[in-house]
Order: sequence, then C-alpha cells, then structure tokens
Amino acid sequence: MPKTLEGIGCPFCGCSCDDVRVIVSDDEKKILEVENACAIGTEIFLQATNHERITKPRIRQPDGNVKEISYDEAADYVAKTIMNSKKPLMYGFGSTTCEAQRAAARLMELSGGILDNCASICHGPSLMAFFDNGHPTCTLGVVKNRADVILYWGANPVHAHPRHMARYSTYPFGFFKGNGFLERTVIVVDPRKTDTAGVADYHLQIKQGFDYELFNAFRMVMYGHEQDIPDMVADVPKQSILEVAKILKEAKFGVCFFGMGLTHTKGRNHNVDIAISLMRDLNAVSKWSIMAMRGHFNIAGPNKVWSWTYGFPFCVDLTRGDRAHMNPGETSTIDLAIRDEIDLFINIGTDAAANFPIDAVKHLKKHPWITIDPNLSMAADIADLHIPVGISGVEVSGIVYRMDNVPIQYRKVIDMPEGMLSDEELLDRISDRLEELIQEKVKAEKKKPELISSEPVLCTSHSAPPLNETG
Amino acid sequence: MVNSMAELLIKNGFVFDPILGIKGDIADVAIKNGRITDKVSDKAEIVDASGKTVMAGGVDIHTHVAGPKVNVGREMRPEDKFFRGEYRGGVLKQGKRMEMGFSVPSTWKTGYAYARMGYTFANEAAMPPLFAPHVHEEFRDTPIIDQTAMPVFGNNWFCFEYIKNDETENNAAYIAWLLSATKGFGIKIVNPGGTEAWAWGKNCSSIHDEVPHFEITPAEIVTGLIKANEYLGLPHSVHIHGNNMGNPGNYKDTLDTLRLTSGINTSNKFGREQVLHNTHLQFHAYKGSSWSDFESGAKEVMDYVNQNKNITVDIGQVTLDETTTMTSDGPFEYHLNQLTHFKWANLDVEIETGSGVVPHIYDKDVRTSGIQWAIGLEIALFAKDMMRVYITTDHPNAGPFTRYPGIIAWLMSEKARQATLDTMKWKDKVIDASNIASMDRELGLYEIAQMTRAGPAKALGLLDIYGSLKEGSDGNVAVYNLNADELPSDPALIEDAFRNTAYTVKEGVIVVRDGKIVAEPPKHTLWTKVNMPENAQVMHDIREKFSTSYSINLENYPVFDENIHNARAIELDAN
Repeated sequence: MPKTLEGIGCPFCGCSCDDVRVIVSDDEKKILEVENACAIGTEIFLQATNHERITKPRIRQPDGNVKEISYDEAADYVAKTIMNSKKPLMYGFGSTTCEAQRAAARLMELSGGILDNCASICHGPSLMAFFDNGHPTCTLGVVKNRADVILYWGANPVHAHPRHMARYSTYPFGFFKGNGFLERTVIVVDPRKTDTAGVADYHLQIKQGFDYELFNAFRMVMYGHEQDIPDMVADVPKQSILEVAKILKEAKFGVCFFGMGLTHTKGRNHNVDIAISLMRDLNAVSKWSIMAMRGHFNIAGPNKVWSWTYGFPFCVDLTRGDRAHMNPGETSTIDLAIRDEIDLFINIGTDAAANFPIDAVKHLKKHPWITIDPNLSMAADIADLHIPVGISGVEVSGIVYRMDNVPIQYRKVIDMPEGMLSDEELLDRISDRLEELIQEKVKAEKKKPELISSEPVLCTSHSAPPLNETG
Repeated sequence: MVNSMAELLIKNGFVFDPILGIKGDIADVAIKNGRITDKVSDKAEIVDASGKTVMAGGVDIHTHVAGPKVNVGREMRPEDKFFRGEYRGGVLKQGKRMEMGFSVPSTWKTGYAYARMGYTFANEAAMPPLFAPHVHEEFRDTPIIDQTAMPVFGNNWFCFEYIKNDETENNAAYIAWLLSATKGFGIKIVNPGGTEAWAWGKNCSSIHDEVPHFEITPAEIVTGLIKANEYLGLPHSVHIHGNNMGNPGNYKDTLDTLRLTSGINTSNKFGREQVLHNTHLQFHAYKGSSWSDFESGAKEVMDYVNQNKNITVDIGQVTLDETTTMTSDGPFEYHLNQLTHFKWANLDVEIETGSGVVPHIYDKDVRTSGIQWAIGLEIALFAKDMMRVYITTDHPNAGPFTRYPGIIAWLMSEKARQATLDTMKWKDKVIDASNIASMDRELGLYEIAQMTRAGPAKALGLLDIYGSLKEGSDGNVAVYNLNADELPSDPALIEDAFRNTAYTVKEGVIVVRDGKIVAEPPKHTLWTKVNMPENAQVMHDIREKFSTSYSINLENYPVFDENIHNARAIELDAN
C-alpha cells in the first residue's frame, strides 16, 4: 500500500507551505503523488525520484572529464583546497536547512573565509533598509486573521509565490475575516499588468524606477501636504494616489508585501526604507505591517542563523579570524568576485553560475570552484568538484524560516539514495578534516598553540590564536 | 579533556550560601560526578580558593538572550557590533567561537560572558510559542549555561476563552500542553490584553481596560493565569510584566496588579513561596503625570512588596548605556519610538502575542535616564527581604547583562553610587525626583548571593539544582577574586571581581579560569513536564484553532525531540 504523509513542508518558495500531502510507494523509495502544493513545489518532490540521480561526488580531471570519488575523498579535497586558499567564499543556502547553515558557519570560521547567502543578490537591500529604519511586521497568520487591505508592491505572487494569496493574504477565511476576499481590498503597484494586478481591486501602473517618488507622494498625504502633489507622480494620477491613500489610512489592519520590484530598481534599499517610513506613518492612524516576499523556502534561514552566530544576516566576513565583519559592497559576493578577491568558491544550495553577472563567474572560475547541490545545474557543470547531497525538505529534515521568519520544522518524505550525505553531514565532515589539517600544520611548524581554550582556537589564517584584545 | 566524572575540591574559600545560612565562613566545596557532595577522595583536583569568595553559580531569573525578537535586535543593529574593547563587546575569540555584539550579544558570547561572571543558568523570559523551534535552535548555539524559556500567555486567545468562561481546569490543561509543545518552563505574561489590542493599534493601559473583541480585562487574565498556575503547582509562579509599563504614574497600575495576589497562597513541591513574580520593577515604579514631573515611585511599590511574602520582584536596573529595548509589549515599543524616533521593529504573532524592538540610549546626562537609574537601585535598597528581590537589567532593555558587576558595585558601595550621580548633568534634578542620595545602605556579599543565586533559584522552583552549594545540587560554583574579610574600598575592584571570576565551575568542570573560557561542556535545556490526563475538550479546541486560524500545521507546531538540545524535564503531577 502506498503511504500518505501529511503536513509536509514544501521546498520551493518563501511561502514554506507546510500542508503538503505526499504519497510514497510501498517501499518508500518513490514519490508517487503530491497534493496541495503548487505546480512548482509538486515538481520538486516528483523530480527527486523520477530520474537517475548523481549519488557520488565527481571531480574534474586534467583532461576535462569527471571522475567519481568517495565522500571522504571529496571532504579531503575541499579541506585541502581551503588550506591552500587565502580568501574562500561560501555562497548560496536558499535551499538548505538551518542545520546546514549552522555547519557552514563553523566551517567558514575555521577557514577564515566569507559566508554569504542569496539575499546578497535579492533581498539584501531590504535587510539594509531594516538596518536603517527597523521593520514593523507580523506573521502570515495575523494577515489571514485580521488584514482588510493588502498592498503588493513590486511583487507578482501569482507566479513567484503561487499559493501566497490563497493561503495567507487574500482569499483565506480568518478569525476576524470570516468572508475571506469579500472583506479585503487588494492594491497592486507594478509597472506591468501582471496576473496579480489582474485580480486586484486597484492597480497603480507605476513608471518603472519611480517607486521612491510614489511612496513620497503617499507620505505627503500622511503629513497633510496633498495640495502640493503634482497631477501625475510616477505616471500615477493624483486622484488615484488620494483614493488609495484614503484606503491605506482607513484600513483596520493593512499589510504591504514587497518584492524585488523595490530591491532591484533604482533606489534599492532606499525604496524599502521609505516604504517602512510610510508604514510607520500609517501606524499613527491605523495598523500596518510590511513584509519582504522572500524567494526560496529557507532563504530567511541563513539571515537568522548568522545573526545569532555573528550579528550579521549576510555578507559575513570571517577572514579576520577572531571577529566577524560586514560591509555590503566590500564583503558582498558579487563585489568580491568582480574585484577577483576570491580564490576559492563554494557554491551551495543555489546556482551561482546561472544567476551571477558573467564577469563575476569568469573571475570565480579562474580559481577552484566547488558546487554542493543535489542536482545538476550550471554551477555543478562548471565545477572542479561537484558534491551531490540529499534534497533538503524531501530527503533531509530540518528547520526552515518562512518569509515571515516563523520557524517551520520540515520532515523528510523519503530517504536519500544509499550512501549519500546531507549538506550538514558533508559540511561537518569537511570541518572535521580541516581541523585535522590545521592541527597537522601547527605541529609541523612546531609552534605549540597557546592553550587558551580547551582546544586551540583553530583557523587556517591563524596557526596560533590571537592572544590580546587589540581590536 | 573535559571530564565531568572527575572529582573537584574547592578549598579554603569564603563561602556564601543563603540556603545553608553560610555567611562567609572558610570552607571547602566538593564536587563529584557533576554534583555537590560532602567529600571527595584524595585524587580530586584541587582549586585553591583561599582569600577568594565562593558562591553557587549565578542564576538569572529574567533575561532576553534567545529567540525571534532578540535576533531581530541583532539583525537590525550592525552598529551594535562596531563597539570595540572588552567593555563594549570587543572580547576577541577566546572559546571555540567568535564573540560578537554589545547590547545584544551573539549566542556564543552570551554563554561565554555569563560563565565569565560566574553565572551558570539563565531564564529566557519571553518565548512566543509559535517561534519555539527558533528559541531552541539558539539554545543549542549558546555554550555552557543551562537555559529555560517561558512561553507568553497573557495575550493568548485560548487562555482568553477559558478564563472568560471560568474554565480553570481547561486553561491549566492547555498550559500544560503548550509547555510540552514548546518545551517551555513557566507562565509569562507581558502587557496582558494590551499586546492583543496592539494588533489593532490599541492598548490596555490599566488592568480594567477591556481587550477589544474578547470581553475580558487584564485583571481577569492575570487572576485566571495565577489560578491555573497554582492549580498545576508549577515550579515557578506567574511571571509578569504588567500593564502601562514605562509610563509616568504607572506605579498605581503596578500596585493594582500586585493586589490581585491578595489572599492567594501556593502549595507546590518545589519550595516556591510566591504566587507572582513582578519582573523589571524599575519600569513599573514611576510617579508623576508626565515626563516633566516624572519621579521615583520605588518607595510606594516596595512598601507593598515588603509587606507581602507572596510576591517576588527583580529590579531591571538601568545601566546608563546605549542598548536595545525589546519586549512582547508591542504598544510600548511603538510609543518609545514616537519619543526617540530611532528605528522601530514590530512583530505581531498570530493567536499568541506580539513584540517590538527599538534601540535606546540611557544617557547619564538626560534627567529621565538618571531618575530611572536611581529607581532601580532604590528598589533594591528599600527591600527588606533580599531573597525576594533580584538583580537583573531585563537584559538588554535597561542595559546588557554584562553590566551586572557594575550594579553589584553600586549596591555594595554608596561611594560608587555617589560617583555616578556626580557625573550626571542634571544631578540635582535626579536627586529631587528620587530618594537615592539619602540612602546610605550598602549591601554585603551574603545579600548579593541572595539576590543573584539563592533567591532567584528559589523563586524559579529550581532550588534542588541551582542556587546553593548543598549536597546534591549541580556542581555549579563561582570563585571570585574577593577577600571577604577585607573588601576593597575601591568599588571598581568589586566590579572587576564580579566581571571575571577566578574560576567558574559548571557541573564539576572548570569552564573559566582567570576570567578566560577554558572548557565548553554540554549544557541543558530545562522544561516543565506536567503529568495529567489528556483533556478532550482542550485537544478539540487546539485542533479547531489550527484548522482555522493558525498559518502552520498542528503536526509541525510542537518542537520535535531532535530540535531540543539536551532536554532535562522538571516533572510534576497536576494537583
């Protein structure tokens, strides 16, 4: 009898829906059916068992061909490559568990490298706006139970987060919203006539790149300067601005969901910054929250894990060995790559080769490139070493953070193909090997490490630990 | 190698143990198999504590060190990491991992810094139940110290319904279920009803303001939760941050809240005597009608506390730092932001609670900050029973916990208080609005031991494990570089001694030596396991609420066993 698993988390987008039903075969080796998930989520489950998987690490030979090696050999190769590199960078993590992100922090702290995640190229500007202006938000259940005005700005959930409107924002019945969408007003601000705009009550078709101006116009209304607003702002007529501003002010509970339409256009973090300011203004007369439409199902995870580990959500520079440093522009992946500062690139749980600017990829490719990913991808294809791992959320359990930062405990639905490792197991194996190598190096240099800890402070860039607080 | 099975003998220290009534006698402390014992063999490792002060490991009853709002504080304040130097978070790598942050330290720094101060236990004072897996993930990454977390109940819809319908048994059954689901420790209340009201942009600023839509008042919520707590006989009492926190004139609301305990007593198996713990009392002891005539209400509040043995408090001392305020009191953080206009974070949590985070500068040259500083110290100095009044900073709200040594110095030395007062720009106004300048009381080491380990351990109902050097307690010991016979006249030396221990011992393992981390043995997560039959009505209500109002699935809500780090259950049978 096929087995039905309930309450499974979906390993696709930041909605992190945890109501998926998965039907697996008798022998628990094949995923047969997936219910409740969107089309994309369903495919991620089904693809896990409907084709031949790569189950062994594959290293590139001098002749260009690849050769299968064992996980121990792969861990040894990575550890040795780290030992020989000055500034390794580990990037990705959107499709990994928090357990793996935690293991990655241990590894990069040992390596004296840089840790960065996909926020660096998607919602990093949002995080920078939070640095400057805070972040009034709520959980998605609050939206479902209370929200009467939903504002999507620069986001197209119908395609990017297919169940967002149905499960959380627009259509669900909530405690104070027993009539679902009948009690809600949906406003979309987008330069395109998206499918989301198609179902909205109001679509403000903004001129591309003029988000800041439109936010400013709304803030002028909040501060009583509506008479000074020009007839058109960002291609939106003044009358529409006043009409929508009235709805925003009269909301009992409003939520602004923003997407990369704000973070990837002119202004970037400043767009998010003024969006937050508008929310704060609105809270004087109403109740408003704001939330980033995070992309991957656990891309909020590394922000959280590294914040409690180092105090920084992304662009974490651990090269100093004894303290962490962060400065986007200086310690952000694309900038480091474009300046050719990185001499070892470890791509994990994302496809950097497909998504980075070509110049960045070219520079990174001059040096060793290691890809850790369950599947083939461009990043796996061009790698010197590709280490396949279990699929997080399908074959590997763990905690993920939804777009509202609610932790969701994901269970696996099937086992990994025999002999494979999870991201976490692999990273720990590499760290263990690296610790051995550092100890050997220390011994070889005959520099006895100062025992200021139960074990010496280990780091490739410091064979002997720093002793004084000189920072 | 860390060997917790080994024997340890801490010899010839000045021992202070309020539970055993030891007041600085020279004595030995023996530890075997991680527990305090009466004697050890001659193979025991010897720690020479002669000329030093020996106490049980410190117990922090109220601190915010893990979970969503703490982490928002870290995430949104990169500038909190820029401070350098030992005092401002600049301790460089000393243990296995880096130490980052000043007012909101990283989890690694949190564990190390507590251990360096001789603390071995900290109670995370507010866990939103929905975020329990996050709290436990952070516990896993907080080295050395044992931890508990208190789920917040004061704005929980289940409790509202049960209390409104006077269903104490159901309320208790729900609480027991939630403690198990979140691996939580006890009942925390924050701004009862007010945070729910804040979801609509409103507040409950007195205990009689009705909560919108729920037809219940804060007074009823508090009374109902105390009833349920004593029905269950939990180790700790209800732990409250009451209504109208941080506003001039609120001492009356605080007294109203405290009076709700009138005539209520407890019978529990944990030796706890109080039925209500009022946390960070400093923020709740304000007189005046606005910030312009703001003054200390410490005397009024402490008169009541002194007379009523069924209440305990902690002080929530302002340390005059730049820090990060964070509380489940969502409306308070919004109003603070309206005063200071710094950045503001807010997080409303479905069904359960909310929270806010705002940076704040307690500037010694701002009159309000000076008066707040005075009020905290006054609460401690007006106290008659030091077993019921504890040192905290409501970390990081009134200041970081790393400032405890400074607070101890202020309490032990009038000179230290005077010196701080002398630096204040509005010294005279602070003196006019407070009692501090007229108080010459200086606390001794025995009283400090009461306020930092014996007292809080007793109030938490954890006296079997922490707070004392009695036989059978966990082998947690702090050895301070303080000669109890000749205390230094310079308060800075007292502060130094409490900042970095000569030794901190955790379950028999020396974890700090000469102020430096030397070992990181496994730590524990404690939680309260109530044994009671399943309540069909409550389980039905829970399933119903998850199918209609929550945004996550019931199966994924209770923290999975593999996500609890080294669990240690405190078990009890419901009364």
